[in-house]
Amino acid sequence: MDLTIFILLGSGLFLGWSLGANDAANVFGTAVGTRMVRFGTAAAVCSIFVILGAVVSGAGASHTLGKLGSIDAIAGSFMAALAAAVTVYGMTRSGLPVSTSQAVVGAIIGWNLFSDAVTDTQALVKILLTWVACPVLAGLIAVPIFKLVEWVLGKARLHLLRLDAYTRLALIGAGAFGAYSLGANNIANVMGVFVPVSPFTDFALTERLTITSVQQLFLLGGVAIAVGVFTYSKRVMLTVGNDLMPMSPVTAWVVVVAHSIVLFLFASQGLEHFLTQTGLPAIPLVPVSSSQAVIGALIGLGLLRGGRNVRWGVLVQVGAGWVITPFCSAALCFVGLYFLQNVFDQQVHKPVRYELTPRVAVRLGEHGVPRPAYAELIGRSYESSGALLAAMTERQPLTGEQSRTAVRYAKKQPLEVSESKLTGYDFGRLSEAQRGALRQLAGQRYRYTWELAEALAALSPQWRPRPDIPSNRQFNKRLEVDLAYLARTFERRE
Amino acid sequence: MQFSLFPKNITLFNKTRALEQQIDEFLDKVSQAGLVFSRAIEVYLVDGATDEFEAFLEQEEKIEGKGDSLRRTIELELYAQTLIPDLRGDVLRLLEDMDHLVNVYEGNLFRISIQQPEVPEQFHAGFLDLTRTVVTCVESVVLAARSFFRDMNAVRDHNAKVMFYETEADKIGTKLQRAIFGSSLPLEHKNHLRYFIERIDELANAAEDVADTLAIYAIKRRV
Repeated sequence: MDLTIFILLGSGLFLGWSLGANDAANVFGTAVGTRMVRFGTAAAVCSIFVILGAVVSGAGASHTLGKLGSIDAIAGSFMAALAAAVTVYGMTRSGLPVSTSQAVVGAIIGWNLFSDAVTDTQALVKILLTWVACPVLAGLIAVPIFKLVEWVLGKARLHLLRLDAYTRLALIGAGAFGAYSLGANNIANVMGVFVPVSPFTDFALTERLTITSVQQLFLLGGVAIAVGVFTYSKRVMLTVGNDLMPMSPVTAWVVVVAHSIVLFLFASQGLEHFLTQTGLPAIPLVPVSSSQAVIGALIGLGLLRGGRNVRWGVLVQVGAGWVITPFCSAALCFVGLYFLQNVFDQQVHKPVRYELTPRVAVRLGEHGVPRPAYAELIGRSYESSGALLAAMTERQPLTGEQSRTAVRYAKKQPLEVSESKLTGYDFGRLSEAQRGALRQLAGQRYRYTWELAEALAALSPQWRPRPDIPSNRQFNKRLEVDLAYLARTFERRE
Repeated sequence: MQFSLFPKNITLFNKTRALEQQIDEFLDKVSQAGLVFSRAIEVYLVDGATDEFEAFLEQEEKIEGKGDSLRRTIELELYAQTLIPDLRGDVLRLLEDMDHLVNVYEGNLFRISIQQPEVPEQFHAGFLDLTRTVVTCVESVVLAARSFFRDMNAVRDHNAKVMFYETEADKIGTKLQRAIFGSSLPLEHKNHLRYFIERIDELANAAEDVADTLAIYAIKRRV
């Protein structure tokens, strides 16, 4: 493995470090700030659970980031993570409640603009809505929890000292849950941009347990967060603890629990699966801002007490953060990529070509893309998805879904299911039937990823996408991730 | 940095329970001091500074000593274990204020033992009434303090009683002083009796001060 890869991963690790230094305070800040929990205990619990959350449940939210823009060269990922980290650092210095999520989304859009790749507006709108939903939801969750706790404590009539002892344990428990949720939800920010270019390969621990390349990447990011917690978060915890609103330890517990539930909701694939199985609308898995969840919970509790303690200025700052953070980060990323490419001569995005061959045209016709949009363009090829769509929409406006279809089918990606890779790589993540179908394709070459997908679908129902109804979404999503993994593995250089 | 997560927490509940008992025991001492004070005054009014009265004084001294040592242990433990960090200062002040009440009980018995004021019989009923009222007043503040630890909502009820008995004690004290100064006793005798009425009434005033701060603590203690 190339050493420069680890140097380039460095910016992601820096981002992880700053996340650990800042966001751990959201989970344990009040507990440590009020001396209810010792820093050593808080840091140890926080580190362990951040890493667990990242490795076990980190995949969900990173999938959505991947849809927004798939950075395909590691130098590009380096710059995206660096731009986000610098933005977070700068915003923190100027005292704004900054969100790593928003900085990362900005950086990805910066990369999209630079490489003229189309930003998936559907994914972007989904992400933007969750930013607003996150603090609101945290406030809505905090209020009933607070009322319940107040009622229970009123009934229980615990001795002050007993209550104190229980609160300490509860703060550690809530902190552990909070750290797990933080790891699960926010690891996508730290390492998400590196997922498509992960330098690791899957390996099987046992017959049933495989550590995927993404999980190894997330483990590394989790460790970076933990290092941030140990090296720098103490001073943030001590100052941030009571910054927003004076809180009793029990109120602090409610805030941490509400924050953690929100982060968990936006990260849990298990919950998404359960909701879709029962026919309920699923919560999008998106990295959200831990700081803004805390602010939301605090404002919820402040309103419950009549709103006198609420500092409304904070809300304005949050709103400003929604606009300024992604904008700054996108601009920084764009400029940084320009220098990286032209001054340091690094490849920041892969030269992908988009072709409208007759075969592609057939597929586009089958999938409802109007013929006038591409009929005249058959035989041409484009340097970017942006250029392709510009040419097509000039002839006929396309819907978001039609644009996505066109980009997916026109993207040229030469593949070869080589014998050496079939035996050399670990495919533990695939089912037996899936592996069987894959082996039958040994030696085959493809020009597009969808050709491989169709060939596999013809061989096994396990490779066939199911009708798009809620209960099948989990399966289809998994299929998408598996196919992306195969596309990376069997990529053929021409 | 320390990493001992579990050893402390496992013993935490045992230590917490022991400390809860010590706080209860300390408040018991304040109650007992009142009962002893009340009995000592009754005995003094009937028989003067007899051996029985001196025995009560000795008992009061022991209660005061035990209360002091309990208070110090509790304060040290609260700091050593960094318990209730947000309310520790309030609890320490509460304990010291309660301890002050015991000191006033003890101090009054000492003064009586040393100065042996002569209380004419027509004023016995007034002195007894005043004594019982201030002791009830202090007892109410002890209940308020107990509630602060266990049942915050009851603090208010007990505080209301403290305020009532404090006003009662003032009324009784004023009435008693009017009666004394209206009598034919020599002025120095009148002043001597007035001094003791004020010293006994001071207990109710001190109890009211504690109740006032307790009311603030109770608001702070709200979840």
